[in-house]
Amino acid sequence: MNLGEIMLDMDYRRRGYIEIEELKELGLLPPRDRLEKGPVAVLECPEQIPCNICAPFCPTKAIQMKKIIDIPRVDWNKCTGCGVCVAVCPGLAAFVVDLSKPEADYVTLPYEFLPVPVKGDSVILLNRRGERIGVGEVTRVWERNKTYVVTVKVPKGFGMEVRGIWVERR
Amino acid sequence: MEAYEGESIAIALYAIGIDVFSWSPKLGRPRGPLCMIGKCSSCFMIVDGVPNTKTCRFPVREGLRVERQRGWTTPPPKPIIDEVESLEIKTDVLIIGGGPAGLEAASILSKSGFNVVIVDEHFKLGGQLLKQTHKFFGSVDLFGGMRGFQIAEAYVKNLLSQPNIRVLTETVVYGVFRGGLVSAVSPSKYYLIKPRAVIAATGAQEKLLEFPNNDLPGVMGAGGAQTIMNEYGVKPGERALVVGSGNVGLIIAYQLLQAGVKVEAIVEILREIGGWFVHAAKIRRYGVPILTGHTINYVVGDSRVEKAVVVAVDEKFNPIAGSEKEYNVDLVLLAIGLEPDARLHAQAGALMKYIPELGGLIPLRTRELETTVRNLYVAGDSSGIEEATTAILEGRIAAYSIMSKYSDGEKAISVEKELDKTLKFLWDEYRSSPLLSRARRGKELATVSKEEMEELRRKYPPPVEFR
Ligand SMILES: Cc1cc2nc3c(=O)[nH]c(=O)nc-3n(C[C@H](O)[C@H](O)[C@H](O)COP(=O)(O)OP(=O)(O)OC[C@H]3O[C@@H](n4cnc5c(N)ncnc54)[C@H](O)[C@@H]3O)c2cc1C
Ligand code: SF4
Ligand code: SF4
Ligand code: FES
Repeated sequence: MNLGEIMLDMDYRRRGYIEIEELKELGLLPPRDRLEKGPVAVLECPEQIPCNICAPFCPTKAIQMKKIIDIPRVDWNKCTGCGVCVAVCPGLAAFVVDLSKPEADYVTLPYEFLPVPVKGDSVILLNRRGERIGVGEVTRVWERNKTYVVTVKVPKGFGMEVRGIWVERR
Repeated sequence: MEAYEGESIAIALYAIGIDVFSWSPKLGRPRGPLCMIGKCSSCFMIVDGVPNTKTCRFPVREGLRVERQRGWTTPPPKPIIDEVESLEIKTDVLIIGGGPAGLEAASILSKSGFNVVIVDEHFKLGGQLLKQTHKFFGSVDLFGGMRGFQIAEAYVKNLLSQPNIRVLTETVVYGVFRGGLVSAVSPSKYYLIKPRAVIAATGAQEKLLEFPNNDLPGVMGAGGAQTIMNEYGVKPGERALVVGSGNVGLIIAYQLLQAGVKVEAIVEILREIGGWFVHAAKIRRYGVPILTGHTINYVVGDSRVEKAVVVAVDEKFNPIAGSEKEYNVDLVLLAIGLEPDARLHAQAGALMKYIPELGGLIPLRTRELETTVRNLYVAGDSSGIEEATTAILEGRIAAYSIMSKYSDGEKAISVEKELDKTLKFLWDEYRSSPLLSRARRGKELATVSKEEMEELRRKYPPPVEFR
């Protein structure tokens, strides 16, 4: 590890959120051409925590981990963007982004609050810092052990920004 | 008043908005529940005439009479129960504590044919797992991905199907005596237990922090609030400030949001967030600020918390004048760390050591988790604070270690193999994470070789042993 990486490391640990630049440096972002092909997983899990839940659950064996403390690495070519990792990750750190559509981006994220969103809902879009950056439309919702996996249609260019949604109480 | 079956008195009162349970003896200051797991005594009330009853551990029943306590009280005028049944039990293994460490040990030992008695002072088994609604980390074979309370349910279901296990809930083990006898009491029974081996997996208690008015109701352990909302579904307050950004603080903040409580901020005295990044990211994206380099200064309130004042600190952790920020909150949750509860080990005469990395005083032990008291084992948080997965692994190690002593031939070889595999995984894989290096260092300091252990036993002969 060189000094630059250590400095980087300290930054997200101080802020509690990670910058896209940092994800890129850490090799956690899919390459541009893959992003433009269709839905793909982004695991925002940069530390060597003792966890490997996502790896055995991935139906295409796209997530490689030798030891329990390894950082999960996605083989972007094997990943189909199915969203299973989003549902099982206990750190709520797995997302699927689809930047391939011309009219909008799509983000699939975990949601564990009430009320549960339903297809067609408009929801508030939150970035990694918790700022409200717009409104999106829910296009798909499914559940696994009380974690809801929600796909939202977000304005073009927001696919790498939106990491949370807020559903106003009905 | 009405209450739900399976609730404790403390919860039933909290649910209807009663948070002052007693007044302190000298200054008459209001007291309310703090830890919710029977460790702190701030929930004492007079129950059916009995003063100093821990209401957080007392299940509600039809017709109970509960009174607030004012200062020192007089003992009840007559015995509450006419006759206490006294029982003697001989068993292979006694397990004290029904958290993940004790449950894992109990399930392994009972499956292998050992007679097991498992005792817990709570009226249900599960320990800290009961209040954990979040999904666990780890790997799938260690229950990773399941929610804490689901892990407890799985264990209990499995245990109840074993004929050679005896479960004693609402029963406190209070002492170890000469001849290797262990005493326990429940509200109506007295037990004298003679085990051949003991695993004491008694868990931990939350640490407190000193600041003005920290005794006001509304200042609570993070675990206490977790019990209120996650185990019993009662909202602990409306607006909260969390002190401490370790995993416990970060997780509790998330669970407060889920319960509809507004989390104003998390304050952390260090310059960096204490817990794992993924837990921090989870609450930051819902807009909860984490103020590093800040601490709580004081709280204000009449009979409960109404306001909290936080302050920035300099490099030497001294408050910086003029940097105060005020929050209108009714909850201040302390998540500044846990302290092992190894009082039984100490009382039994096991050699103890103070290890800051492990949160406090713990018994010295071999790699197989045996203390200087022969056949007294330690596992889980009481052996030094880590987390549930390591508690499970330590429970497993203690169980295999006991099994290996009582088996021979093929069986002994296969038990040794399992023991070795678990030790290797725990030390060489799991604890090799740089994020766990502090606890690992602590556990290294607490562990001695078999030869050193014999030397310690010669030097400091323990008063009892089990065999
Ligand atoms: C907020 C929070 C979040 C956490 N999140 C995670 C996580 O994500 N992953 C993870 O791996 N871990 C997590 N943990 C940690 C984990 O819950 C504990 O480390 C674990 O429960 C310790 O297990 P244990 O068996 O040692 O003790 P405990 O679970 O504390 O159980 C001890 C039991 O012993 C009983 N007992 C004590 N003394 C006596 C006595 N004298 N007589 C009878 N009974 C007695 C108690 O009633 C209790 O039931 C978290 C903890 C907290 C507080
Ligand atoms: S989205 Fe599906 S295929 Fe891609 S990494 Fe996650 S689980 Fe595997
Ligand atoms: S399941 Fe989530 S927290 Fe665990 S390794 Fe995978 S991405 Fe990280
Ligand atoms: S002992 Fe009941 S709240 Fe602490």
